[in-house]
Amino acid sequence: MPTSPSERPAPYDLAVIGAGPAGLAAAVTAAELGLRCVLLDAGPRPGGQYYRHPAPGLGAAHPERLHHGWSAFTGLTGRLAASTVTHLTEHHVWTAEQGDTWRLHATVGAGSTGSAVVEAKAVLLATGAYERQLPFPGWTLPGVVTAGGAQAMLKAGLVLPGRRIVVAGSGPLLLAAASSLVSAGAGVPAVVEAGNYLGYARGLGTLAANPAKLVEGAGHGARLLRGKVRLRRSSAVVEAHGTDRVTGVTVARLDAEWRPVPGTERRIDCDALAVGHGLLPQIELATELGAETVLTADRTVALKVDDGLRTSLPGLWAAGETCGVGGADLAIAEGELAARVIAGAPVPTALRRRRDRRRAFAGLMAAAHRPGPGWTDWLRPDTDVCRCEEVSVAAVREAVEELGATDSRTVKLLTRAGMGWCQGRMCGPAVACLSGSSELRPDSRPLSCPVPLAQLADGS
Amino acid sequence: MRRTPAELVGARPEPGHTIDFDGRPIPALPGQTIAAALWAEGILAWRTTRVNGRPRGAFCGIGACYDCLATVNGQASQRTCLLPAEPGTTVTTQEGHGRADLAV
Ligand SMILES: Cc1cc2nc3c(=O)[nH]c(=O)nc-3n(C[C@H](O)[C@@H](O)[C@H](O)COP(=O)(O)OP(=O)(O)OC[C@H]3O[C@@H](n4cnc5c(N)ncnc54)[C@H](O)[C@@H]3O)c2cc1C
Ligand code: FES
Repeated sequence: MPTSPSERPAPYDLAVIGAGPAGLAAAVTAAELGLRCVLLDAGPRPGGQYYRHPAPGLGAAHPERLHHGWSAFTGLTGRLAASTVTHLTEHHVWTAEQGDTWRLHATVGAGSTGSAVVEAKAVLLATGAYERQLPFPGWTLPGVVTAGGAQAMLKAGLVLPGRRIVVAGSGPLLLAAASSLVSAGAGVPAVVEAGNYLGYARGLGTLAANPAKLVEGAGHGARLLRGKVRLRRSSAVVEAHGTDRVTGVTVARLDAEWRPVPGTERRIDCDALAVGHGLLPQIELATELGAETVLTADRTVALKVDDGLRTSLPGLWAAGETCGVGGADLAIAEGELAARVIAGAPVPTALRRRRDRRRAFAGLMAAAHRPGPGWTDWLRPDTDVCRCEEVSVAAVREAVEELGATDSRTVKLLTRAGMGWCQGRMCGPAVACLSGSSELRPDSRPLSCPVPLAQLADGS
Repeated sequence: MRRTPAELVGARPEPGHTIDFDGRPIPALPGQTIAAALWAEGILAWRTTRVNGRPRGAFCGIGACYDCLATVNGQASQRTCLLPAEPGTTVTTQEGHGRADLAV
């Protein structure tokens, strides 16, 4: 039950934040081991990003056609229904307070109008990730959407942003997105991947240890072949065209540093573009409390955890993408592992091995899709870097070159880039890159989401 | 004829309804978000930006980017990718910021 400060029930043994693959696996495992467990998620249904699925009212007889490994999910939701877990949907935790027990403050409801405080002795952060974007001319046009966003809108709402959708950026999510879009009837004239996939060849041992990943990749590949989708490697969309919505894109080849090669541009007509450059762990609830972080192979900031998935903060664990992006199977393995450690139960060797293999594969993927420094060459002075505050490349460069800013925080103060509604989630990587700071720090984000002022006053 | 997303998953939705978008009735299915109902009608923009007056709609689809803001049932700056398209929901194109009493 959500609590109000006046009727404080005993704290839960464990609060799990995020009901994606990691959080679901953790909550059911912990409850089965006897812990009193609460599972909070901002969304209306469990599943997180990977197992996002249509609302019951849409009457989907075959939701599994949009997922690989759907039975793993129905297994988890079956265990959830049979468990003692208190599942609080539409609870967005905006801050976590540390003390003798943890106090989690959440907005409640799709419109964030309600509020709740939940207390627990231990917390597991399974808040997943959001996509990394690298701006390019035209990226703010309607019809340009994120690759994961196209997936999410398709999986949950059964809708497409267009009929002819170019998929671009970098990372394995592009193949998954293209494959679902094709299955759902969209034309995908090209998948434009900035990396060259050669990185995978250097890790053949790791690939061989992860046969499920190969099968999944082969499934996407077969669907893409049937849909006559062309994969262009070492290439990027360097401009989206259109006035009020996208009507086409220009694709160019990239050199090894991701610099567009002049003379290689070609135009592809389309009515939508789904774009993204991998994922960024969503960890502000922990980093605002000073949790230590690590830099991953694709230059994202993830929580530092030990082999029991403990963060550097006592009583705070992390599992899944918050420890570094690695996919749904890894998230499930880590959720289960963390729950066992929290409950003081032994960790089976097979589970630890499964987790370690998947982590190794994640590292391989991350290295293969790390953005090259040359991508900024496709920017133009009038390209918006910050979508919210409409701050251009020229404004950011002025802050750096003329006003002497050397890091994102100073650029933000001088230009407002990163100060809008999304709190730098969309422009953060680009601003960090343009400001030339070599050190990557977690973005500062005191509240995880905008909070009605009245709730803020109550909560403190 | 190409396949549709609904055909792919064998969807047999409960009866639909309409929402109001700038005075125009838009069909919606139970459980769809406002952004999904608008996409289904081929509508990709329902906000203009504060500085340059440029059109915007859903970008991230998961509540992270705040590009999909609109005025919903009179409330400014609501994320339409999260809010359900319920019978009678009124959605108005939002011009400029319309910042409500929120802290970020
Ligand atoms: C938009 C998007 C689409 C994706 N699509 C695919 C795909 O099609 N195929 C694929 O292989 N991988 C996909 N991924 C990758 C995805 O991250 C998976 O690897 C997997 O879902 C990760 O599991 P997780 O449990 O770590 O996190 P997630 O699945 O991301 O789950 C995190 C959960 O935490 C909740 N949450 C976050 N912050 C809070 C908070 N402050 N308070 C309360 N709840 C919170 C979220 O609502 C979410 O349900 C996608 C990622 C994104 C961002
Ligand atoms: S589309 Fe990004 S918040 Fe709604």
